[in-house]
Amino acid sequence: MSEAISEKVKRSLQDLGIGDEAAVTALLGELRATLDRDLASGQDAETLRIHWLGRKQGLIGAANDNWLKTAPGPLKRVTGKLINELRKHAEESIDALKNAATQELAGERVDVTLPGIRREIGAHHPVQWVMQEIEEIFRSMGYSVETGPEIETDYYNFEALNFPPDHPARDTQDTLFLAGSGNYLLRTHTSPVQIRTMEKQKPPVRAVVLGKVYRRDAPDASHSFMFHQMECFAVDTNVSLCDLKGTLNEFTRRFFGPHVKTRFRPSFFPFTEPSAELDIGCLICGGSGCPVCKRTGWVELLGSGMIDPALYGFVGYDPEKVSGFAFGCGADRLALMKYGINDIQLLWQGDKRFLRQFR
Amino acid sequence: MKIVTSWLREFVEIPASDHELAEKLTLAGLAIDGVETAANGESVLEADIGTNRPDAMNHYGLAREAATIFDRDLKPIRPTFQESSKAASDVASVEILDADLCPRYTARVIMGVKVGPSPEWMVRRLEAAGQRSINNVADVTNYLMLENGHPLHSFDLDQVAGRKIIVRRARAGETMETLDGIERKFTPDHLLICDGEKPVGIGGVMGGQNSGISDRTVNVLLEAAWFEPKSIRKTARHFGMHTDASHRFERGMDLNFTGTATDRAAELIQKVAGGEILKGRLDAYPNPQPRAVIELRRKELDRIIGVQVPAAEVLRILRRLGFMPDELGYGNWKMIPPSWRLDVTREIDIVEEVARHYGFERLPDSLCSWAGGVHRPPHAAMERVLRDTARALGYDETIAISLVPEAKTRRFSSEEPAAIGNPLSAESAVLRTSPLPGVLDAVLWNLNHGEAESRVFEVGKIYRHAGNAYEEPPTLGIALAPGDFLHLKGDIETVLDQFECAVSFDSAVGVDYFHPGRSARMISGGETLGRFGELHPRVASEYGFRQPVWAAEFFLDPLYRAGLRVPKHRDLPRFPAVDRDLSLIVPDSVTFQSLHRQVHGAGIVNLREIIAVGDPFRGEQVPQGHYSLLLRFRFQSSERTLSDKEVNDEAVAIVMALRPLGVTLRLESR
Ligand SMILES: [Zn+2]
Repeated sequence: MSEAISEKVKRSLQDLGIGDEAAVTALLGELRATLDRDLASGQDAETLRIHWLGRKQGLIGAANDNWLKTAPGPLKRVTGKLINELRKHAEESIDALKNAATQELAGERVDVTLPGIRREIGAHHPVQWVMQEIEEIFRSMGYSVETGPEIETDYYNFEALNFPPDHPARDTQDTLFLAGSGNYLLRTHTSPVQIRTMEKQKPPVRAVVLGKVYRRDAPDASHSFMFHQMECFAVDTNVSLCDLKGTLNEFTRRFFGPHVKTRFRPSFFPFTEPSAELDIGCLICGGSGCPVCKRTGWVELLGSGMIDPALYGFVGYDPEKVSGFAFGCGADRLALMKYGINDIQLLWQGDKRFLRQFR
Repeated sequence: MKIVTSWLREFVEIPASDHELAEKLTLAGLAIDGVETAANGESVLEADIGTNRPDAMNHYGLAREAATIFDRDLKPIRPTFQESSKAASDVASVEILDADLCPRYTARVIMGVKVGPSPEWMVRRLEAAGQRSINNVADVTNYLMLENGHPLHSFDLDQVAGRKIIVRRARAGETMETLDGIERKFTPDHLLICDGEKPVGIGGVMGGQNSGISDRTVNVLLEAAWFEPKSIRKTARHFGMHTDASHRFERGMDLNFTGTATDRAAELIQKVAGGEILKGRLDAYPNPQPRAVIELRRKELDRIIGVQVPAAEVLRILRRLGFMPDELGYGNWKMIPPSWRLDVTREIDIVEEVARHYGFERLPDSLCSWAGGVHRPPHAAMERVLRDTARALGYDETIAISLVPEAKTRRFSSEEPAAIGNPLSAESAVLRTSPLPGVLDAVLWNLNHGEAESRVFEVGKIYRHAGNAYEEPPTLGIALAPGDFLHLKGDIETVLDQFECAVSFDSAVGVDYFHPGRSARMISGGETLGRFGELHPRVASEYGFRQPVWAAEFFLDPLYRAGLRVPKHRDLPRFPAVDRDLSLIVPDSVTFQSLHRQVHGAGIVNLREIIAVGDPFRGEQVPQGHYSLLLRFRFQSSERTLSDKEVNDEAVAIVMALRPLGVTLRLESR
C-alpha cells in the first residue's frame, strides 16, 4: 500500500524521491483525487476547510511549505502552479458546499410574523393590581399596612369619626345594616381603621388601609353597593397641611405619572378639619374640557384633611401635642381612571375577555 | 344651588369675570361646578355648598366669600321703609312655650297688601335661580331665602285665630293639613306654630293650608324664626318632607338675623305689593344665647398650616369673613364667631378659615419626616404568594360582590348567613358564607359568553356569626371548566406546596355539593382545610351549567398559621437513579396512599420515590373487584451506583411487602 497523501505532504519532494515534472504532476494529481473524494464524502464544509485550507494543519498549506519551498529550481514553477490551482479548486468547492448547506437550512425558514404560542398565565384583577401598587407606593414612603373588619359597629364607622347620631352627613352615606343586631353595619368607608389603629398604637402612626366598603347605592356604570377604598393617615408631632399636600402630590405623581396636574382645594368632611379635596387634570381631555370632567378640565380624585382634633379624644391622643392628616378614595375609581375602564360593573363579572387585558 | 351672578355682584364689587369668580370660589372651598347661562340670559353659577356651610347657601353669603377673596367691602343689608304709627303689638302677638325647640320667633305685620303678580326683575331672578313665580307676597319669601338664606313664612293674618301666634309642642293626635294638601298627624316630638285655636304650621318645615297666603289675602304676618336643627331634621324625616326651609334650618341659621330678615321682607313686600308696615317687630327670644369666645394661637395656626401666614393677612381674612378678632399679644387673638357661622366653634375651625382664604394652592409641598419601620398584616405576604401561584397556574383573579342571594350561599354552606336588615334587593340580601358562588358565577358567565374554557380564583373573605359578633375568615375559591380530577389536584398541591403544612387527602368531603365519587377533602392537623372536585352534576345543572364544572374551596386560616415554606437545600445526588416499573393488580379497597405507606414501611433502603404512571385501569384481563396500576419505583443511593442485582432484590422486597394487601404483580417491565 502506498503511503497516505496526508503523510506525504509532511515530507519534501527529495524525500519522496520526486525529481521530474511528470512525478510532480502525478503527486499533485494524487492530492487532488484525495480532495475530490473528501468533497464527495458528505463532510461539512467547515471540517473540510480546516483539513485542507486551515492555516496550521491544512494539507494544501503543508504541500506549499514542504513541497514548493523545497522544490529544486526547475520544478518550482510547475509545483507552484499546480498547488495554486489545487488551492483555488479547494476554495471554490468548499465555498460551494458551504452555500449549499446554508441554503438547505434557509429552506427550513419560519414565518417570524406568526403569533407566538403562549403559556397560559392567569390575569391580575385590575383593582387588586391597583391596590398592590398603592400599598407599595406608601410602604416605600414609610406607611404600614393596616386592616379592619368589614362588618363594623356604628361606633367605629360614625361615632368615633365625629359623626353625631343625627348629623346630616349620615344621610349622604346610605348604610347597609346587619339584620337583628341593631349595632352592626357594613362599613361605608375604611376610616374606622384609623380609629382602630390609633386605639392600639401610640403616635407616631403612619398607615395605609385598603379594603372593601359598602353603600346602599343602586348599581349602575359608576355605582356599586360594594367597592374598594384606599385610605392613608399619619399622626405625629407637627404634621401640617403642607405635609398633606406634599404627600398627595407625591402619591399622585407616582401613581399616574410625573406629568399629572393636581389642584388642592378646601372642602368639608366631618372627620377632618381643615378638609381638602384633590382634583387631577382630566386624563381624558388633558384639561381642555370634555363630558367626563363636565368641561372643567378637572376631576375629583380624593378627599383629605387634617384629622379633626375631636377624633383624638376617642383614642386618647393629646391634640395639643400631635396633629395628623388622612385621605382616601375609591380604589376602583383609581383603576377605572388609570386603565380607562368605563363601567364599574365589569369589575365584578369575572369576564375573561376583560380580565385578560390585565396580564 | 344656582347663584345668579348679577345678583351676587349687587353686594360686592368683583374685579373678575364670572369664570374667574367661579374658580376662586372653588379654590376657597365653595365648589362651583359650572358657569351656565339661564334661559333668560342670566349668567348662573352652579354651586355645590357643603352641609356645614348653610350661611353660604345664598347670594349674600357667597358675596361675603367673594369680598374676602377680592378684599372688597361687602354691602350691608339695611332695610329702609316707613312704619305706620300703629304698633304691631296692638294687632298681633307672639309667644314661645317650648323655647328648647324654638329659641327665637320674630314677626312683622303688614296690613293692606295687594296680592298680584311679581315685578319683572324679581321673576327674572327667580327663574334664573330655577324657581317659579307664584305671587308677589309668596315670591318675596322665596326671593329672600335665595338672597340672604333665612327661611321666612307668611301667614294670612286674618286666618290666624285671635291674631295670636303660639309656638309649642304638638299634643298627641293633633292634626293639620299642610300646604301640600296632606293631612299630618303629630306627636309631642313635633313643634307646631299655632294660632289661638289650632295649628297653622309645622315649625321650620311647612305651613298649614288653613292660613297660607291666597289671592284674597290683605293682611300678612311675616315669620322669621330659629328652630333647633336636630328637631327639624327629625320632624322632616318623620313626615318625609324635605323642604327648602327644613334643609336650611336643620343645618343651622343665624339666630341674630331674624329681625333683619323680617325687616328686609317687610321692605320688599311693601315695594312689590304695597301695604302698611306696622310699627315694631314682635320678637320672642326668652333666653338669649351668647356664644363662647374662641382663642386663636399663633403657634396652633403655624403648626396646622405648616407655613407662617402674616398677622396682617390673618386679620384681613377674619375681618372680611365677619370675625372681629381682638389682639391678646404674642401673636394670639380672641374672638366671638359671627352669628351666621354656627360651624365655627373651635380654634381649629378658625385655623381652617385662615388657611382656605390664604389659599391651599399657595402652600409649599413637604413630606413629613418619620423614624421607624413599617409592618404589614401577618398574612399579607402569604396572600400575595397565593395570588401569584394561582395566576402562574393560569387562573384569572376575580373579585365577587360579597352580598349574595340567600339561596345561593345556603347551597354551599350550612352556616346561617349574616343577613342585611335593609337590603337593596333579594339579590344582595345576605353576606356570603362560601367562596364558591363568586367563582362559579364567573366561570358560568364566561361559558355563556362564548369562552370554551374558564379558570378563575378569588382570595377573599366569607362572613359568619360568631356569638353576638361576626368573624370574617379568609378563603380561596377556585372554579374551572373543563377540568379533571388529577390536574385540579395537581394545582392544589402546587398551592399547598407554598406553605409549611402537611396535608392529606381523603374522600370524606362531608358536603352534598360535590360529586360523591370525584371529590376530596384536604386535612391538616385534623382540621378540614378545604374541599375540591367536580361539582355535583345536579348542583351544576341547577346553577345553569351544561357541562361538568370543577371547584375548590380553601379555608385559609390553618394555612396562614402554618406560614410560608422555607425551602431547605438537599445535596444533589452524585449517583444515577434506576427505575423499575411494576404493573400491579390491586383490590378496589386499596388506595395509592395505602400502597405507598405499606412500601415505605417495609424498610426498602434505596427506594427514593414512587410515581404513578398513567391512570388506574379496570376492565378486561383485570379481575373483578380489582384495578391495575402501573407504578414506577425509583432507586438511588447517595454512596454508589446501584447494581442490577441490588435493585432487583429491592423490587422483589416491594412485591413481597405488598402481598398482605392482596396486591399481585401483573407483569414487570423495565
Ligand atoms: Zn375632560
